[in-house]
Amino acid sequence: MLYREAGQFKTTYAEDMAIFPIRQDRMALAILLGIAFIGVPLLADFDIWPFGSDYLLRAILLPFLILALAAIGVNILVGYCGQISLGSGAFMAIGAYSAYKLGTGVHIPLAWLGFAISIPPLPVLLSILLGGLAAAVVGILFGVPSLRIKGLYLAVATLAAQFFFDWVFLRVSWFTNYAPSGSVSAPTLDFFGLNVGTPIERYMLCLIFVTVFAFLAKNLVRGNLGRQWMAIRDMDIAAELIGIRPLYAKLTAFAVSSFIIGVAGALWAFVYLGSWEPLAFSIDRSLQLLFMVIIGGLGSIMGAFVGAAFILILPILLNRIPSELGVPLSTETITHLEFIIFGSLICYLLIKEPHGFARLISIGKEKLRLWPFPY
Amino acid sequence: MNGVPYANGVADYYNLVNERDGGINGVKLLVEECETGYATDKGVECYERLKGKGPTGAAFINPLSTGITFALTEKTATDKIPIITMGYGRADSKNGAVFAYNFPLLGTYWSAADIAVQHIAKEVGGFDKLKGKKISLLYHDSPYGKEPIPMLQVLAKKYGFEFTPIPVTHPGVEQKSQWLSIRQNRPDYVLVWGWGVMNGTAVKEAAAVAYPRDKMIGVWWSGAEPDVEPAGDQAVGYKALMLQHGAGKFPVHADIEKHVYAKGKGASEPGKIGEVLYNRGMVNAMLGVEAIRKAQEKFGKKPLTGEQVRWGLENLNLTDARIKELGFEGMLKPIKISCSDHEGARDGRVQQWDGKGWKVISDWYTANQSETEPLVEEVSAKYAADKKIQPRDCSKES
Repeated sequence: MLYREAGQFKTTYAEDMAIFPIRQDRMALAILLGIAFIGVPLLADFDIWPFGSDYLLRAILLPFLILALAAIGVNILVGYCGQISLGSGAFMAIGAYSAYKLGTGVHIPLAWLGFAISIPPLPVLLSILLGGLAAAVVGILFGVPSLRIKGLYLAVATLAAQFFFDWVFLRVSWFTNYAPSGSVSAPTLDFFGLNVGTPIERYMLCLIFVTVFAFLAKNLVRGNLGRQWMAIRDMDIAAELIGIRPLYAKLTAFAVSSFIIGVAGALWAFVYLGSWEPLAFSIDRSLQLLFMVIIGGLGSIMGAFVGAAFILILPILLNRIPSELGVPLSTETITHLEFIIFGSLICYLLIKEPHGFARLISIGKEKLRLWPFPY
Repeated sequence: MNGVPYANGVADYYNLVNERDGGINGVKLLVEECETGYATDKGVECYERLKGKGPTGAAFINPLSTGITFALTEKTATDKIPIITMGYGRADSKNGAVFAYNFPLLGTYWSAADIAVQHIAKEVGGFDKLKGKKISLLYHDSPYGKEPIPMLQVLAKKYGFEFTPIPVTHPGVEQKSQWLSIRQNRPDYVLVWGWGVMNGTAVKEAAAVAYPRDKMIGVWWSGAEPDVEPAGDQAVGYKALMLQHGAGKFPVHADIEKHVYAKGKGASEPGKIGEVLYNRGMVNAMLGVEAIRKAQEKFGKKPLTGEQVRWGLENLNLTDARIKELGFEGMLKPIKISCSDHEGARDGRVQQWDGKGWKVISDWYTANQSETEPLVEEVSAKYAADKKIQPRDCSKES
């Protein structure tokens, strides 16, 4: 009864094509957004546990939002277009370092041409978006091999991107503004004269980014382009036969995905870490993002959020449970236990539901639609 | 790994203070550990988790990672929590006028580089003999390993030796090509700025290309038992800098055995007490405790906030007499920290591994401030300009 769609008639094409055609979905989303945009800041403002402390905002919600954004990007490429990528960490790094360069001023001395290119420091918002754009350009470049190679072979090609950019940002000191230690720190977060410093402001900033990009992505994947991606994913030869150009479809998937991942990388560096080194975007990050997408559900925007929550928050919870319960375990034991339990949970989940949380949620929705009269 | 014995030393010393003295002037210490796995984002999460614990928030924080130190530098300044980075961290944070909350106590990597070059000069027979010598730096490719490079470049220019930095990617088990290039280039000395498995591997690879181990000098993080034991006999002759102290037992260890281990509250295996990293953890904990004690003199015998502990750190003055009283005699030289000098002491010695233990083989060296100071001034001034920090006027601070 909870999910009964009877009586919801669609009388116009616009209604039929709405992003969330079912009323219950719209309400659930409105409530969720209400909590995220109004509830959390209010609770934090009134210091209501657990939102009153910086910890939840800064150490849980902030990385969750940013990694969910990155997972959306990975999901577009891996989940919707079927191009397995192990280079997401590199695209995050490109976003972060490009944004850093643009935010602190670019200077390219071209002595042999007799002049130098100098761009004054750009506003932070613009540099974050341009950082995403830089990642998109590189993403297209590394997407070119996808026209010839598929599956595991493509994964290895994107792995090359990962190692190449790890190397570039470690070695080419131009990218780090010649910092002696190779660790760079983000410029002050100024948005239209507003300094984003407190945890709540940072949270809101990331939330706006994530919401906008999630809606854009959702719209994109159910439109013309998204259908092309999915056709390529399901069977590329058939897709080609019905008139889809693989070149266009694959490269747009790489571009859109890298753009979103790049923006997430810039946010990760600027808003969450504040100061970072290439190790922050190592192969571990790529794998982490891929796991988020697989656990959350391939080809589902919501799955990206659930996957991010699972991969990011569960280890922290596992780490904290023994001390919260007052069980005296040494730090090493807790860390080992965390790995064991987390690993086993992933195995169990993937055996029980290979399509991830998104599939579980849609099964739940189906059941609710029939409830209480199953047949 | 190298972090575990260090953490044991820290935990045991805090336990000692709680068990033997009932805390600092009656205020028990609350200690929380957090495993970061050397990952910066995990470190940030841990910091956020732990900073608000206790009645007044964290008194200070000990990240034990240069990368995390970088990421926390701004956050701790906003939260007003001192960040103690004993023997690591960013070298320019010695300048307390700019880095009000960073305390790279006992020595920075720039001091270490200077001490290492002083020792090499002594071995080759004087600074004038350094001209034309080749010194390579085998470093962990992270902020930690890169820190000494600017200092070594300055020194290379000054003394005329040829300096080659050789990076090793994390975690450092793959060093074949680096050692082949060392074999080709035959440097007179190789400085090792490694961490964890990288050190043992470096020693083994050196043996494989027959590079003399006694021409290798590790920084203090490359000079503990776990770094050389895996290499077995191949490590004999390997040298490393000391962060003042070395291995061995001192009066304070007797107290720890009596008050902590006898009650079954020890963190380490009893046989490991007195190893290099264990001792370093203890010294690190002791400096924090003494800073809190100092701050209590001014702010009263109660739990203190991070800002008050910072005052304690900045006014910390451990004399020989006080060090003896604490049971650290022979491990440490006097330390005096001030607003403008957050390092406190710049002394070090060199130790050598004989296959069973570390032997001190040199006198004390003191890093030459006339070399490190201009670089500290220059880099920290740039940081202040980038971050729009108005440096404090240290002449006005008490």
